[in-house]
Amino acid sequence: MDPRSAHYPRLARETLEQTPGVRDAVTQAALAFDAHRLRAYGEVDVDAWRRWAEQVKSHVLTHLDTYLEQAEARLVEHGAHVHWADDAAAARRVLDELVSRYGVSRVVKGKSMVSEELGLNDHLASQDVEAVESDLGEYIIQLLDEPPSHILGPAIHRTLDDIRRIFHEVHGTAPEATPEELCAAARSTLREVFLSADMGITGGNFVVAETGTLALIENEGNIRISTSAPRVHVAFVGIEKLLPRWSDLAVFLQLTARAATGQPVGTFVSLLHGPARDDEPDGPDEVHVVFVDNGRSRVLADPDAWEALRCLRCGACLNVCPVYRQTGGHAYGYVYSGPIGAVLAPGLLGLSETLPLPFASSLCGACAEACPVRIPIPELLLAWRRRAVDEGLTPRAERAAFRAFSAVATRPGLYRAAGRLVAATGGRMARYLPVLGSWESVRAPLDPSGGTVRRGPRHGGAAQPSDSDQTGAPGSEVEPAP
Amino acid sequence: MRVSLFVTCLGDHFFADAVHDAIHVLEGLGVQVDVPAGQTCCGQPAYNAGYMTEAVRVARHTVRVLSDAGPVVTPSGSCAAMIRTVFPRLLASDSAAGAATDLAARTWELSEYIVRHLGRERVGQGLRGRRIAYHHGCHALRELGLLHEPLTLLEGAGATVVDWPADRECCGFGGTFSVKLPPVSAGMADRKLDTLPDADLLTSADPGCLLQLDGRARHRRMGLTVRHLASVLREGMDGSA
Repeated sequence: MDPRSAHYPRLARETLEQTPGVRDAVTQAALAFDAHRLRAYGEVDVDAWRRWAEQVKSHVLTHLDTYLEQAEARLVEHGAHVHWADDAAAARRVLDELVSRYGVSRVVKGKSMVSEELGLNDHLASQDVEAVESDLGEYIIQLLDEPPSHILGPAIHRTLDDIRRIFHEVHGTAPEATPEELCAAARSTLREVFLSADMGITGGNFVVAETGTLALIENEGNIRISTSAPRVHVAFVGIEKLLPRWSDLAVFLQLTARAATGQPVGTFVSLLHGPARDDEPDGPDEVHVVFVDNGRSRVLADPDAWEALRCLRCGACLNVCPVYRQTGGHAYGYVYSGPIGAVLAPGLLGLSETLPLPFASSLCGACAEACPVRIPIPELLLAWRRRAVDEGLTPRAERAAFRAFSAVATRPGLYRAAGRLVAATGGRMARYLPVLGSWESVRAPLDPSGGTVRRGPRHGGAAQPSDSDQTGAPGSEVEPAP
Repeated sequence: MRVSLFVTCLGDHFFADAVHDAIHVLEGLGVQVDVPAGQTCCGQPAYNAGYMTEAVRVARHTVRVLSDAGPVVTPSGSCAAMIRTVFPRLLASDSAAGAATDLAARTWELSEYIVRHLGRERVGQGLRGRRIAYHHGCHALRELGLLHEPLTLLEGAGATVVDWPADRECCGFGGTFSVKLPPVSAGMADRKLDTLPDADLLTSADPGCLLQLDGRARHRRMGLTVRHLASVLREGMDGSA
């Protein structure tokens, strides 16, 4: 996937101006997800769960080498094959080799963000292998030829009418088809795909190092079929997805579902241990687990960024984010969007390639409050901003402006003079400070109150502007704002 | 009882009337108010934009000018949060570290000071019959943990605080965010304004949020009255002027 994150400001503006329906659709869906999360969080001692989950994930990340080797050994004992992919190209090479080894011409896919990260669909298409998404949301955006705009709800930026239109074109359903009729159309297509696919590709929510368990959470049942009907199952899993113990699943399966959709647990949870054994009627003949690094080791080694790797991909931070709700995920130009995308993208892809993203936040803090593994997202955003400044990546005029700011704000005399200037120029400030043109493009002009507030002890009576008695400078009278 | 008022840069330049109202309210509650000389800005604009050198410099200045100031009260949740939660970390390895921690422990947002420190829930009865929408600034809400304090004072003065589904959502100000990404920032303000129920006025303890919401509402010619909490509390104390 070619990241377009550098264009966030333009993409966000275009989304808001050209497709205003996206904002409404995303906001409504995100608010609904978030309301479910809040209710589900309220049903348990969620802060204790979150603190515990944070500690477990941090422990895994700080002992990742040990747990990865343990997971590999257990998986191999179960008869699975384990591959290591340093980057997306390596992951695609593994896939190429498996496609050719098993003579695969059709792949059915379970919903997987890492597969989007690796660009597997486009790659398979370029190798003349048909790949069909089997998650309904993913299936819809595959028909529309779009990337997902949300970790959990890839098509939440689309309205029912959008889906009716594309299904009418592709499946010939009625223009006014009900959601049930649309589902039935997708189902009949997908059933045939499930039965004829040579390979199922999924991601993985967790890999338990102790038991070599691959855990997958879903609500539609498509992942269960994708991992059991085709004769080959390939799971692409980020190296950070490990849990130490089988018993850890008890909390993580529930916490993930509560954070993501407000469910006590996902409708389907698949706990997979290698290929079908002789006494098992279902299941694949071959199972391959591809552990994907693709920049994660670099993030892990970064003391200001590594905590982002605790992420469970629940989407709670997207749902609660007022910035994300304006545009949905596409404007971020990367598979991971919203607050977690803004801290993962610079780590995985490089800061200069994704520079605007750490600034695509008002630092409101709602994400950190919602995160089930307590990733301090605002702190991580600030760390990326600091690094952008340190590396000289921010605009020259901005750097000069902040130097001037600190000079003025440490010299009270200059500061008061600046106050007089603000008051004197009044509504015409935008002419002198270009940044205010940006302010006034979407807001009424600022309305300075005049001068600065008088310093010193108060002895009753109305406060006076600090300078009027000394200088009589224009505009230094403090007037009540209208 | 004696406090020092930290005016803040937005207070100086855009909310002087609200600053005077804050002084008036505090004095009405029997508190002597000093406005320490030399004070400027807390440095948050630089901090949030990633300019650490500049932020440290300004923070150090603020710590110095407020060093012997007793309790510090400020009509800004965001600046109170900057001083309380960021200064100690920002200046941790600085010679001002001890003074920063000391300042953090005696800095209060206005409504927080009145309710939590003075233990007063009533400034007067001047808001009887008023329907008021309250915007919870993110830093007051999440960093200072203020939720009931401003509402208690408004309701204590007789106002009805209207039920507003988006009252705890960010207004889209975010310092430089507001000028770096104007369409996104404006969309966030619109979400607030579009969900606003019928009310006589909109208020908040945060000058930044008020600039944003008032600027957007005036741009849209909504005819919405937007006032700082301190000014509304002054009305609560004195009755409408």
